[in-house]
Amino acid sequence: MSLLILPYIGLLWVPLYDFREPTLFGFPFFYWYQIAWVPLTIVLIAIAYRSVRDDE
Amino acid sequence: MTSEIDPTTLTVSLFCFLLVTGLGFLATRWRRPKAAYNIDEWGLGGRSFGTWITWFLIGGDFYTAYTMIAVPALVYAVGAPGFFALPYTIIVYPFVFAVMPALWKRAKAAGYVTSGDVVFGQFGSRPLELAVALTGVVASMPYIALQLLGMAAALKALGLQGEIPLMIAFLVLAIYTYAAGLRAPALIAFVKDIMIYVVVVAAVVLIPSVLGGYGAVFTSAEAAFTAKGSGGILLAPNQYSAYATLALGSCLGAFMYPHTLTGILASKSANTIRKNAMLLPIYTILLGLLAMLGYMGHAAGLKLDTPNDVVPALFKTLFPHWFAGFAFAAIAIGALVPAAVMSIGSANLFTRNFWKAYVNPRVTPAGEAKVAKITSIFVKAGALLVILYLPTQFAINLQLLGGVWILQTLPALLFGLFTKWFRAPALLAGWAVGLCGGTYLVWDAGWAPIHAVNLGSGPIAVYTGLVALVLNIAVASAVNVLVRGAGSARAPTAASGR
Repeated sequence: MSLLILPYIGLLWVPLYDFREPTLFGFPFFYWYQIAWVPLTIVLIAIAYRSVRDDE
Repeated sequence: MTSEIDPTTLTVSLFCFLLVTGLGFLATRWRRPKAAYNIDEWGLGGRSFGTWITWFLIGGDFYTAYTMIAVPALVYAVGAPGFFALPYTIIVYPFVFAVMPALWKRAKAAGYVTSGDVVFGQFGSRPLELAVALTGVVASMPYIALQLLGMAAALKALGLQGEIPLMIAFLVLAIYTYAAGLRAPALIAFVKDIMIYVVVVAAVVLIPSVLGGYGAVFTSAEAAFTAKGSGGILLAPNQYSAYATLALGSCLGAFMYPHTLTGILASKSANTIRKNAMLLPIYTILLGLLAMLGYMGHAAGLKLDTPNDVVPALFKTLFPHWFAGFAFAAIAIGALVPAAVMSIGSANLFTRNFWKAYVNPRVTPAGEAKVAKITSIFVKAGALLVILYLPTQFAINLQLLGGVWILQTLPALLFGLFTKWFRAPALLAGWAVGLCGGTYLVWDAGWAPIHAVNLGSGPIAVYTGLVALVLNIAVASAVNVLVRGAGSARAPTAASGR
């Protein structure tokens, strides 16, 4: 569950990613970094999901 | 932007709209309950929706038609700050994962249908129940109005001027929601979301290839912002705190709205909600790409009356006629799902927390369904009147306030799930202070959602809803210490529902 804190740190600490370089497929870092957090968050929630699955 | 009627575009659009209308009426038979029709069946689809239906329903209800028009419009107008919707719709899911299964379990066990039910059940306080229910209804109204605004933008692009097309679309929506309840938007959401996916994928692949690739799109957007003297494709350091707090505040408020909560409570199990927290971020990729359409508007050199025209104008300029018709239908239909769920959520609140609480406490389950069905029509008619007779800016300002207000129901709705410390009078005091304080701050800033807060090291810009929430929790905690000191007993939890 504590892994779920990571997206909040990674996305709310804006100075971490407000850059142009490196670009990816023409996207400045600012954009592809944030989009990359989508699959990352899915993976983190999946890990949390496996750990609480049996609570019902 | 030109708005003559193109026969191909219009025909394709009308065909799609008719198809979906047919589906809406088919929904009265889809998963029809064996038991008598009650509010659980009409307003929550019998709490029977599994992972897939829930995924389409919440996705279709959370990423709305107004989003499709407004997010690219904001990005077109201001650039990078308009992207705060991207972190917002990522960090909302860990929150949903951690919190909403607990709320679902409590609601299922006690038969709660609305946020007001949850609050009354936990605290036994009619005033607190009324505060939460009223906030939910009031915050929903401008939100529905904005869905109609999104639909109006698509109809305008089709060349359908005037109020008649919007009223027809509204009437269709009202009738099948009345008949089928939450099953109608759930069924339509399948078609709507698939259409939207097709449109967005086509747009993000096709349009940059016409405009010379994403690198060129960003370059021309940046040139346009430089020429204009405001905005940019990166944030300025003084925008960081506004960006982060808008994302966080929106995330905390998102699932306090009656329509999103309805989607949660209609799920079959707590596990369905967890799986959806994991799968719903897929929509966020779509949203991020959709937001890029704002930049593509600059790259395509569009000349617009208003930024809200950027998406329709792009489709019209760069897509073949038939596909533009498909895209406009997708946006117009995209307004139906959230507008239906919002009116159902508000109708449930009215029925359970006004009608049953104050007018007719002995109302039967079938009677509840009847009241809710009729209320859903009044709610939609109200939103239609707002769009037809009040300036658009009024609905947008109200929606802004609605976001601040709905966030103030979070302590009353959620704190009781995790601690038994809080008492109703304290939460009510916190709600009142957060609501009034937040409203004052939004008004004081000239209807802007950002306020300067000084924490000692100079002022930083913070989302007003979050400022009001901090105030709310501080007041609730302080008053709670006082009322507990005075020996006020905690109200018994109404375990057996209402």
